[in-house]
Amino acid sequence: MSGVALAAVAERARELMPRDRVITDHARLRTYECDGLAHYRVTPALVVMPDDAAQLAGVVRACAENGVPFVARGAGTGLSGGALPHADGVLIVTSRMRTVRELRPEDQRAVVEPGVINLDVTRAATPHGYYYAPDPSSQQICSIGGNVAENSGGAHCLKYGFTTNHVLGAELVTPQGELVEIGGAAPDTPGYDLLGAVVGSEGTLGVVTSATVRLVRVPEEVRTLLAGFESTDQAGAATSGIIAAGVLPAAIEMMDALAIEAAEAAVHCDYPHGAGAVLVIELDGAAAEVGAEYDEVERLCRENGAFELRLATDPVDRALIWKGRKSAFAAVGRISPDYIVQDGVIPRTALPEVLKAIADLSESSGVRVANVFHAGDGNLHPLVLFDDSVEGAGQAAEEVSGAILDLCIGHGGSITGEHGVGIDKAKYMPRMYDEDDLDTMQLVRCAFDPDNLSNPGKVFPTPRLCGEVPGRHKGAHPLQEAGVAEVF
Amino acid sequence: MTVLERTAREAVGSACEEVRDPTAADEVDGVAPLLVARPASTEQVAEVMRAAAAHGLTVVPRGAGTKLSWGLPPLSADLLLDLGGLDRVLDHAAGDLVVATQAGARMATVQQALAGSRQRLAVDETVPGATVGGTLATNASGPRRMLTGTARDLLIGVTVVRADGVVAKAGGRVVKNVAGYDLGKLVIGSLGTLAVVTEALFRLHPVAEAQRWVSVAAADAPADVHRLVQAVVHAQAVPSAVEVDRPAGGGGRLGVLLEGRRDGVEQRAATVAGLLGAGATIDEEPPAGWTSYPWQEADVAVKLTFVLSGLEDVLAAAREAGADLRGSAGTGVVYAALPGDQPTDRLAAAVRTLRSACARHRGHAVVLDAPAEVKRAVDVWGPVPGVGLMRRVKDQFDPEHRLSPGRFVGGI
Repeated sequence: MSGVALAAVAERARELMPRDRVITDHARLRTYECDGLAHYRVTPALVVMPDDAAQLAGVVRACAENGVPFVARGAGTGLSGGALPHADGVLIVTSRMRTVRELRPEDQRAVVEPGVINLDVTRAATPHGYYYAPDPSSQQICSIGGNVAENSGGAHCLKYGFTTNHVLGAELVTPQGELVEIGGAAPDTPGYDLLGAVVGSEGTLGVVTSATVRLVRVPEEVRTLLAGFESTDQAGAATSGIIAAGVLPAAIEMMDALAIEAAEAAVHCDYPHGAGAVLVIELDGAAAEVGAEYDEVERLCRENGAFELRLATDPVDRALIWKGRKSAFAAVGRISPDYIVQDGVIPRTALPEVLKAIADLSESSGVRVANVFHAGDGNLHPLVLFDDSVEGAGQAAEEVSGAILDLCIGHGGSITGEHGVGIDKAKYMPRMYDEDDLDTMQLVRCAFDPDNLSNPGKVFPTPRLCGEVPGRHKGAHPLQEAGVAEVF
Repeated sequence: MTVLERTAREAVGSACEEVRDPTAADEVDGVAPLLVARPASTEQVAEVMRAAAAHGLTVVPRGAGTKLSWGLPPLSADLLLDLGGLDRVLDHAAGDLVVATQAGARMATVQQALAGSRQRLAVDETVPGATVGGTLATNASGPRRMLTGTARDLLIGVTVVRADGVVAKAGGRVVKNVAGYDLGKLVIGSLGTLAVVTEALFRLHPVAEAQRWVSVAAADAPADVHRLVQAVVHAQAVPSAVEVDRPAGGGGRLGVLLEGRRDGVEQRAATVAGLLGAGATIDEEPPAGWTSYPWQEADVAVKLTFVLSGLEDVLAAAREAGADLRGSAGTGVVYAALPGDQPTDRLAAAVRTLRSACARHRGHAVVLDAPAEVKRAVDVWGPVPGVGLMRRVKDQFDPEHRLSPGRFVGGI
């Protein structure tokens, strides 16, 4: 990447926005060297902090004209290195774009800018009896732009779905710097569902500068049940029983003994003493329905060996139960100096088998693994513990973590349920999809970003060369010659 | 038959056992194909597509053909690809609430396979006989979209065959999965212009223990209907559907579906009946026409979308346009039927009336189906945002424009 090209982008950025929003000072650039996955670090060449879509589009256009790669970053809480900067590129920070442009409870919609914090959408809507359903554990600090990029989930997506089910429209800056509307406030916008492709594309198809989101009516009643079991097998059987009974809880979360130990040490959540596993089960909806479902869920927990059941019906008690679960990742820091947060998915019915296999892996490698997961939909978050000051420990943890992903793939699952592929898991993509699958996905990339400038190097292990007529290759592409890309 | 046609036919014939001459029933919206192929597997579809690619044949995929005339007539349809041979439900993982099915399986067949486990694919069958693939291609949905969404909310994995015959998968067997691009979203509603879907994986829902339909005669004034719909939608009774049925000549009903546990449903139904006011009835069976479109053969079929606050305006516009109206008033997706035997300029004016009402409320009016002369005279799609990007997607997937050319938005 030429310094001239980058200087041209910096100059355009300074024309577009106040000079202090264009960062070139190395010490300040380093502040942005990583996102929530801190062991990948790259200092960007330039950071810009636009105030609005026009400024942002202007910067992207300058990048396109000068062939400079760019990466968008929201709050930087991502766990797959999706917002890892490009050393020769521009990092576009959207945190200043934090206006709730419209709040329309009568239409069950809000229009928000990418820097708006997830929980702030709910805070704005709550006085009207509405809320924004997707609730990643980081919802107090993560932003909507990042949620859209990653298709974030959360504990309640078992019933309510993911970000993609709650975003109906977006204003998108394409990798050429055009500002286009995709989708809309009304359902079923005619044409291809471009928005469906953009949500979860991890910033590789452009930058979203506003999102039209669905607001969901606050339920009449919410009941949260904490159930203590002797083992994860019992808790898993209870989960299966609940699903088989036709109950669709808002959430079913499981933690194993090690995860409980960590949560107790960190936040004193007072989970049932001596439990080998706990379930947090939340039921919500019309009061009459929740009451009927609750009786059944309670019975199923007891039948499957729950030795302690605690019900919370008011927000304070509910928050206490959730505190242990939502702080689980950070809490592990109390029992281990370092840890890897894994994110894999299995068919829910494979849970006992996979947990057993993880336990075996842990035993044979001597690497401790704490398990926290969304039991209802089979989304596992094994926390692989290690001490980086011990030689080889990090490597051993990496191996266990990778082996867990292979377990997920082997059971017909996924390498990521909600954290994204990012930089971290691009290398695993060929284990889940074959070459033709990846090639076909990248046709979408080529339609949006033929020059491979929007968050390059993420999601796909090898970029596809775009714009070639099948069967008519003229010599080797420069990227191919340089060994950077393969021609499929 | 030209030499070229004969070689093309031989190539397709060697790719797939079942190849035949078309009959009148094989016409695609008035366009007669040269050849009909009925492959029996994804591999055979791929072989047929490779043969079509080698000979430059245009291809129109077909399921049961119940909505094949939606969109514009294709500019060309050399090969009709009949997916009726891919009619198997492949795997029902009841404990995981997931089903894998071939695209040519009928929706009713899929539901039958799930019924024993008291599960269902939560997409209503809006036209009897529709297949999974056709439902995806047209993004068809019915009343239950209010609670469980549409195909885009339920499709978790897809196998497609590209125009060049390459087979590709996206998504998978698990509901929660953010690995890679969600190609399933792109093929939904694409009218067979992007790729041929051969297999689909869906998340399922449990069949509720009890169902109650609460309904009331629709008031004549749009404002009164609007008020009742708003009252139900913004209450906390969690309806599965809020439907309006308003014939052009007056009358009609508002219907609300509640599903759940027996005790819960009865209480919720009583709550909703209270909101709908005197005259509301509670039934255990759906009202007539519950999941069907309001149109008849030869009508002009229009899909109207809008944000909820626009319902009153849209109802008034439908009355002005002389349309029978039915659909999901609770989500802002309703269907209008205009008698097709009117002068085309009157029909064009009626479509404009509907379209401007929808546009005022951030939505669209799309003519799904109409007699050929009407499709020529009216703007079928109306303005579509992002059409430039859509063309670029099309150009990547089908650079030679051989898949259902011309059926879709912007000439795609």
